Amino acid sequence: MSNYLFYILSFLSIFSALMVVLSRKPVHSVLYLIFCFFTIAGHYILLNAQFLAAVHIIVYAGAIMVLFLFVIMLLNLNAETEPHKPLIIKGASVVTGGMLLVVLIATFKSAAMSVSSPEFNSDLGMVESLGKVLYDQYMLPFEVSALLFLSAMVGATMIGKKEI
Amino acid sequence: MSLSLQILQHVPVNNYVLLAAMLFCIGVFGVLFRRNTIIVLMCVELMLNAVNLLMVAFSAMHNDPGGQIFVFFIMAVAAAEVSVGLAIMVLIYRNSGSVDIDLLNKLKG
Repeated sequence: MSNYLFYILSFLSIFSALMVVLSRKPVHSVLYLIFCFFTIAGHYILLNAQFLAAVHIIVYAGAIMVLFLFVIMLLNLNAETEPHKPLIIKGASVVTGGMLLVVLIATFKSAAMSVSSPEFNSDLGMVESLGKVLYDQYMLPFEVSALLFLSAMVGATMIGKKEI
Repeated sequence: MSLSLQILQHVPVNNYVLLAAMLFCIGVFGVLFRRNTIIVLMCVELMLNAVNLLMVAFSAMHNDPGGQIFVFFIMAVAAAEVSVGLAIMVLIYRNSGSVDIDLLNKLKG
């Protein structure tokens, strides 16, 4: 049953990712991107990473997408003002993306990957086990990411000002 | 719990690799295909998410929480990147009245 769930979720995420690129109105692109992020959160739950699924929904669907929607509505973008590339560049981008996909598939096809460890820990993606690792082994990167957020905050405020 | 217990027994890891490769290529395709800078930024987010999904799959495969911690950090970096990127985009719109990425060629030598 879970493999059907995987295939349905994969189909939905690939379809919505394609619609992000192909839909004409920018607002529709954002909505499809939100849907794509929800399907990816479904994949996380399927892979037993429950905490990450919750964080993914909060950060992406909650924060980043609101930011995107806000900017698109602030700039009043719609299908009429939407610039389009010439047809030859569109064809070239299709070919480039397809070739990259072919190369990646050919690379990974021969890679033999199997589940190595037979013992299974279903608490792996819970807050408790992740928190122990995060505050123990990855303490310094965690603090540095706080610094990154501070600099991003200062940078966004500086750039967003009327006159620099 | 029995649903998620054996997902990697039912679905091989190669399928997750394929899915992530497809999502990444759709992101690359979108960056090349669109001229709206905001949608280009959204496609970059899509590529980041493809890599995140792959990392979670490998984390489940090796039964190692390190991969999920890395996804956590990537999410933090993505949030910072989007906030600064959208601020730059608003500035560009204010200066040139458009978000067309082909107009931004002033730095070309």
